[in-house]
Amino acid sequence: MPALDSGAEPVEFPGARPPDRVRTVDSLGLAIAVHEWGDESDPPILFTHGGFDFARTFSVFAPMVAAAGYRVVAWDQRGHGDSEHAALYSWDADVRDALAVLDSIGPDPIPIVAHSKGGNLMLHLADACPHRVSHVVNIDGLPSRRAQPDVADHERTRLRAGELAGWLDHRRGLVEAQRRPGTLDELAQRRARMNPRLSMDWLRYLVSVGARRDEDGWRWKIDPSLRMGGFGPWRPEWSMARLSALGMPVLGILGTQQEVMGWSTDPADVEPFLPPGARLVAVEETGHFVHIEAPERVAALTLEFLA
Amino acid sequence: MTTGSGQMIDDPAGGIVRLAHNRVRLALHRLAAGRPGAPSLLLLHGLGERAGPVPPASVSGALRMWPGPVWGLDFTGHGDSTVPTGAGYTAEALMGDADTALAHLGPCTVLGRGLGAYVALLVGGARPQLVRGAVLAHGPGLAGGGPAPGSPHIASPRLNAPDGESTPDPLALAELSRDLRPPDYAASFAWQAANLSELPVPITICVPPLIRPEWLAAVAAAPGVQELDLEEAVAFYAAQDPAGRH
Repeated sequence: MPALDSGAEPVEFPGARPPDRVRTVDSLGLAIAVHEWGDESDPPILFTHGGFDFARTFSVFAPMVAAAGYRVVAWDQRGHGDSEHAALYSWDADVRDALAVLDSIGPDPIPIVAHSKGGNLMLHLADACPHRVSHVVNIDGLPSRRAQPDVADHERTRLRAGELAGWLDHRRGLVEAQRRPGTLDELAQRRARMNPRLSMDWLRYLVSVGARRDEDGWRWKIDPSLRMGGFGPWRPEWSMARLSALGMPVLGILGTQQEVMGWSTDPADVEPFLPPGARLVAVEETGHFVHIEAPERVAALTLEFLA
Repeated sequence: MTTGSGQMIDDPAGGIVRLAHNRVRLALHRLAAGRPGAPSLLLLHGLGERAGPVPPASVSGALRMWPGPVWGLDFTGHGDSTVPTGAGYTAEALMGDADTALAHLGPCTVLGRGLGAYVALLVGGARPQLVRGAVLAHGPGLAGGGPAPGSPHIASPRLNAPDGESTPDPLALAELSRDLRPPDYAASFAWQAANLSELPVPITICVPPLIRPEWLAAVAAAPGVQELDLEEAVAFYAAQDPAGRH
């Protein structure tokens, strides 16, 4: 078993606890890290995190679900958390990695709880492999609108050209690139720019489990080749088509406050695409990270749905 | 030997320059020396093909017409380039492969076949100052996965049985044959090339209308795009700057 948080000083956060087991799954030669909470003999449930997150962002929410009698199996996406850094990244590859984790649990269909980008990945998995998924809980991972700035076409061309050149320039500088080091507090403050609604105590805890301490400071474990603001031919309506096709029970949980990493989903935009019987719940006074801001509420909704 | 991305890490006498693109080692084949000082041409192969040491026969006539150096790039997971652990291929990552070659070679006319034609379009839009004309020719993988998702699918190790070393990587064939290419997305790259390239006609299509996939039909309708046969297209860009003053 790999060491947990090698070199890290423990940072306490109320209700957060380390996983009971850590293991590695081989996905076509790539090592995917798996973190489990709860008794190994309990019924399994798969947790999938969002982009630029990692499995241990479930450190408060997952123990609550485990305490109700589930074996929570959370995995780090390639390049995230303790999983191996890859040469290539794609959503299809992430879905295949998830299937490898499911294979490591067993052949029977199990429930999936997934946040943000992870929610989208799991819509694809549930649509492609309905025989492996019994329930879907999607936490603020239902994009219904295109995030397109309201600008004239010629300006959009220049914006887009700048984005593309920026992405390619980033690719050119990657060989032996490392993330910028800093103190634990500095990394927490950087993270606060993406997670403005989350407390500094939580963000300091996240650094202690999502970063490693090198001689010159702390560095987030995430692959330096990954970059926010990707591009590609993805369309929100493609996810809506996946959602609409699902035959298993579906629960959607949305935050109500828009924030930088959120997808500005309006429940009214999603409702036409909900499969029959699916339920959509908006949790008041929460942003994109609903399960971090209101873990008791999201755990209660999840357990009630699974019951 | 240098180690920066896009920089040469090995240049053996065998005519292959090895370039680093993140964790992949790309093979760039020197296909023809050409006249010193004349502009360069970069060949991008189709899905499952390789660019060198012997390029696909259907482009050899056009390549012989080129006055300057001719280079051929093996995409990630193809030919003499390395196979990445765990796959995850996208046309956008392959655009990064092509840009890595451009970082080494400087401005080039880019001739792409099939999948390589789509990548030539992408890099032509993203690097309009470095791509001195993109020639889009027919070849394997031209259509990709179409304009929108079809039935759900996961490229499975059980189906593709990769051995991790030999090329083409079976997962490259599986993933890049399903890579989605919406017409408006593709056309936006043509618009960028038209707006930002110094060339009046930065893109030339060499695929007959009847067999064009939807993305290529949309590109054909964009400004700055012409239609010629392959040898005419190569001659057109060779004549853009006969003295080789890039």
